[in-house]
Amino acid sequence: MTDTFEIKNLQVAIEDKPILKGVNLVVRKGEVHALMGPNGSGKSTLANAIMGHPKYTVTGGEILLKGESILDMEADERARKGLFLAFQYPCEVPGVRMANFLRLACSARVGRELEVMEFYDKLEKKMQHLDIDEKFMKRYLNEGFSGGEKKRNEILQMMMLEPEFAVMDETDSGLDIDALKIVSRGVNELRGPDLGILIITHYERILRYINPDFIHILVDGKIVKSGGPDLAAHLEEHGYDWITKDVEPAGKAK
Amino acid sequence: MSTQTQDILPGAYKEGFHDDIRPLHKVAKGASHEVIDYMCDVKGEPDWMRQFRHRSLDLFRKSELPEWLPGLRDIDFDAITYYASPIEKSARKWEDVPEDIRRTYDKLGIAKEEQKLLGGLGAQIDSEMAYHNIQESLSKQGVVFLSCDEGMKQYPDLFREYFAKAIPPEDNKFAALNSAFWSGGSFVYIPKGVKCDVPLSVYFRINAEQFGQFERTLIICDDDSFCHYVEGCSAPVYTTHSVHAAVVEIFVKERARCRYTTIQNWSTDVYNLVTKRAFVYGKGIMEWVDGNLGSKRTVKYPSCYLVGDGAHGEVLSLASADKGMWQDAGAKMVFMAPNCTARINSKSISGHGGRSSYRGLVQVRDNAPNGRVQVNCDALILDDKSRTDTYPTMEVDGDLATVEHEASVSNVSEEQLFYLQSRGIKKEDAVSMIVNGFIEPIVKELPMEFAVEINRLINLQMEGSVG
Repeated sequence: MTDTFEIKNLQVAIEDKPILKGVNLVVRKGEVHALMGPNGSGKSTLANAIMGHPKYTVTGGEILLKGESILDMEADERARKGLFLAFQYPCEVPGVRMANFLRLACSARVGRELEVMEFYDKLEKKMQHLDIDEKFMKRYLNEGFSGGEKKRNEILQMMMLEPEFAVMDETDSGLDIDALKIVSRGVNELRGPDLGILIITHYERILRYINPDFIHILVDGKIVKSGGPDLAAHLEEHGYDWITKDVEPAGKAK
Repeated sequence: MSTQTQDILPGAYKEGFHDDIRPLHKVAKGASHEVIDYMCDVKGEPDWMRQFRHRSLDLFRKSELPEWLPGLRDIDFDAITYYASPIEKSARKWEDVPEDIRRTYDKLGIAKEEQKLLGGLGAQIDSEMAYHNIQESLSKQGVVFLSCDEGMKQYPDLFREYFAKAIPPEDNKFAALNSAFWSGGSFVYIPKGVKCDVPLSVYFRINAEQFGQFERTLIICDDDSFCHYVEGCSAPVYTTHSVHAAVVEIFVKERARCRYTTIQNWSTDVYNLVTKRAFVYGKGIMEWVDGNLGSKRTVKYPSCYLVGDGAHGEVLSLASADKGMWQDAGAKMVFMAPNCTARINSKSISGHGGRSSYRGLVQVRDNAPNGRVQVNCDALILDDKSRTDTYPTMEVDGDLATVEHEASVSNVSEEQLFYLQSRGIKKEDAVSMIVNGFIEPIVKELPMEFAVEINRLINLQMEGSVG
């Protein structure tokens, strides 16, 4: 139980409009899952509902982080318990310096105020891995960042916060091939027995750099197909149409 | 006697205490010619000043409150004491300040200020400057930093040449009131070419109840000089009202630069009605950094009269209107010579039902070609009980001016909150991060200790404001 992230029959609505209609998924530590699906299938809704965005109402089901229900927790408590969301559109917070923000976030995660040196030692290493210039830290959080910089910043935060389960919402969208490689490198580095990852993506492209253990396909608010890595290749070749025509009963990973 | 209402106020206004300090001089309530005569006698002022004061009181009585300025009708000018002084003369050594007054300043942390690297420090309590001192290295270079009263005595010609030349008593009702009852404030002269790199700092404290503080400051930055003048203010919390009506006149001569920073944190029973104006000569630079965090009502539009070729004026204005406050702040830029530039950057925060207004005037006269002005005003509203308004006025004669104006009103956005919270940051910390980020462009212009103090005050006001 302590090494699983479990979504049970999750139903989510936005302003009374049902989006997710019973999603089941189990991610264990050490595993990388990819969730794919056409536009409008509810991928981002799932990401936001997992993190606890107030605009998304959970109307049924359960989300269990290491066996504990997180539905009554605000986003900050979920994060401190080891959950992470890499945003599709990271938001700009003017006037808040990267360094201040990151140090506060890291301190919240570990439950004590990080020493300045301790923080910067760790930060420096991670930034090198992601080819991030040190001037980055003096800039305001995501303000004026290019698309690629924003995504790299998400991975940097993920590296610094060391979550136990991470959801990556279309981290690959809008990235050129070089940025995609850098981001993938970061994720592969994080990959290991202490982290479970759920990659949400529209395209198969990122899965060439990050090989998932499991692939799930979300259509109209339900997972309609689950399988191994070969499912992605099949999707690439045939698109989503064959699935919507040939819907199988919603499956679970293992 | 006064009642302290500190404990019924939201947040923690730590400056809200009052001390029992026995006034040596205190006059009967009300704005009268008798009070003026008493003040002139006690201060030993020249006749021209006595006449100036009497004439100003007549002007005050004749003038009306401006119609566009609501919310001041309930000031009872007859209930106010216009002069109160707990001291005989301004001390040059901190030890010479009477003990009860020193205790007040200790509590406010002003004694600690003295230890810091300041060019000079002044401390006014009620009507008079209890302390005024300047670093020897600066006085050796000819820098003058005195109370305004001392300035008049020690430099009568210089004083009279500039006094009331930027802001005559006819200017407005509160300038007239100040001209009639002015006492304390600073007189600063920076000689040609002298760069006063460390700030001159002054702290204004009202201790008496139903009191009127009318400090008067006159700063002359001669050619090619520089100075940074910093002022802070606070008052006890009473159930009655006090009035603070200051007049600040600044002359920035050729190529000189003056920065004037205010962190106003009056208690919420002080009407803060201040006239601040600088005359800026050829290629001179005037910068007003104006932080309004307290008071019941603030009416203040620091202004620059750009009178010389290539002069530059700047106002960075920060207002935070909490419960029971109305910050009517802004700026005024008057272009009177060619090639002048100006920038106004105003940010306001309104929460707990507070109200803030930006009121700005940009006037480009027809003998001022090739001017450029940029105005940004951004307002942040924390809840739907609070309010913000913008009243920008542009009067452009002549056609060569470039005018840019941008304004925005925003809330603490749900997306920003969610983003920060998703990183483990608690909601209240996230809100204060967003708010402090909003004012960061102005706060970063402040001296370190003021920046820290502003962030502390803003965080106090943030408590319980969202969610």
